[in-house]
Amino acid sequence: MAGLRAFLAVASLSLFAASSPGKAQTPATENIQIGLSTDHVSITAGFSGADLTIFGSLENADPLVARQGRYDIIVVLEGPARPVVVRRKDRVLGIWINLESETFENVPVSYSVATTRPLQDVTDPNSYKQLSLGAANIYMQPADDGDSPATIQEFTAALRERKTATGLYSVNVGGVQFLSQNLFRATVRLAPNVPVGTHKARAFLFKSGLFIKESSAQLEIRKSGFEQSIFRVAHDYSFLYGIFAVSLAMLTGWLGRLVFRKD
Amino acid sequence: MGIYLPIAEISVNIFVLLAMGAAVGFLSGMFGVGGGFLITPLLIFYNIPPAIAVATGANQVIASSFSGALSHVKRGTLDFKLGGVLLAGGIVGSTGGIFVFGFLRRLGQLDLFISLLYVVLLGTVGGLMLVESVNALRATRSGAAPVLKKSGQHNWIHRLPLKMRFRASKLFVSVIPVLGLGAGIGFLSSIMGVGGGFIMVPALIYLLKVPTNVVIGTSLFQIIFTSAYTTLVHATTNQTVDVMLAFLLMAGGVAGAQYGAKAGQRLRGEQLRALLALLVLAVAIRLAIDLFVTPPNVYSLSGVDPT
Repeated sequence: MAGLRAFLAVASLSLFAASSPGKAQTPATENIQIGLSTDHVSITAGFSGADLTIFGSLENADPLVARQGRYDIIVVLEGPARPVVVRRKDRVLGIWINLESETFENVPVSYSVATTRPLQDVTDPNSYKQLSLGAANIYMQPADDGDSPATIQEFTAALRERKTATGLYSVNVGGVQFLSQNLFRATVRLAPNVPVGTHKARAFLFKSGLFIKESSAQLEIRKSGFEQSIFRVAHDYSFLYGIFAVSLAMLTGWLGRLVFRKD
Repeated sequence: MGIYLPIAEISVNIFVLLAMGAAVGFLSGMFGVGGGFLITPLLIFYNIPPAIAVATGANQVIASSFSGALSHVKRGTLDFKLGGVLLAGGIVGSTGGIFVFGFLRRLGQLDLFISLLYVVLLGTVGGLMLVESVNALRATRSGAAPVLKKSGQHNWIHRLPLKMRFRASKLFVSVIPVLGLGAGIGFLSSIMGVGGGFIMVPALIYLLKVPTNVVIGTSLFQIIFTSAYTTLVHATTNQTVDVMLAFLLMAGGVAGAQYGAKAGQRLRGEQLRALLALLVLAVAIRLAIDLFVTPPNVYSLSGVDPT
């Protein structure tokens, strides 16, 4: 008797399991993937900023949600983190002098965002904060915790403002476009002064304002060719580099006199 | 056409730099100065970071002063002995300057210090030169023969001990002020990225009473070495010399300098000095305004030096 009851229980369970995939089809697992055509980008002598295109795909997308445009994607290209000093000028005897300063650890040198829609339309500020997504939500760790919160806040705001003004922090609204239901293209801006080093590309998928999934890839930005060699030599063989700079100057001075001599 | 500067790490317009070099070269050829006092502020106005503007300015000065010194060697208007003593002082001053430069940079006060030095020095030198040259111009216009200071006239500097004879300059003077002058110029060279000709020339004329014809050649001679030394030390300790930037400035500069030198020969000494004074004052005023005017942005960012 006991054996039969157990059998029935198993049978009903398996029946339930068999019917469930049909029901759970909608809320299940969308996934996002991004791909970079190259793992490095080289900056050459003529570099004056560029647009970097990142392709990605949306897996298991619900056609209905997609048609209603309720999928949103935010792609971020984040530069290497470095410590930064923010200084404030104040007037002393009529002259503007750097007085106060605040050092921050590990501030991304650059932070380019591309989105499907304006940031405030994608999700609410709290979600951004939880994901530390967007230039306004990156946590910047002050080197000296003893400073007053007001000071830290002021300098953090100034740091973001300066980064935005120099184009290192940017937002490209509409920079992410769906090419088809499953394929999207993100265009992030590389500023002319984009830092070299390892950049991290991250894509965030939102559905009706809810964060679903994140995917990331790495990108190395390098200086290429002649400039890179000069930079490397200047740092690795600085004395020889100095000798070269001096000799070049003397040679130019001498040649210039030969070519343009007027006396 | 844009070009990426490897050390300054920014893209700039190649023609702006060539033109900048040519314009400054023209003026420097005309007045017999290296032009560093113009190049460095111009680069800063063009958004080159001041630390790189200074080190690269020093590098550029080598080219123009070397070119200029060559023609003075040919004309025999260069006192090697005097230049050598000035240089000995210059090396000491320059070493001290590099040290102060690095210290101020870590403190975040380098830009201010550079601007203040420029304003004070250019203002003083420009003002003094203007007064002197206007007086000389007025004297010639009224017909009176200009009162030339005779070599017999002495001031306190000539009473100092450790005298040395400089034949080419017809000078018998203590080495202390010569070394001191060299050291002062060396210090300024490493902090301001200037050769120091705009201070050296009047100092040699008015303080040491060196004959005017050997002053420019000798000053250029010592500037070559002081700025070469400064360039080397900046390259090794701060890695702030941008050869690409320097080369563009030099290429424009040496071309401009030769035309400037020709233009300068058509003007008389007092006129030349009055014009140079006005130019020096103009740069000083421009920099002074920047110190007092409310900056568009009171906040600035900088990296943290590993040291």
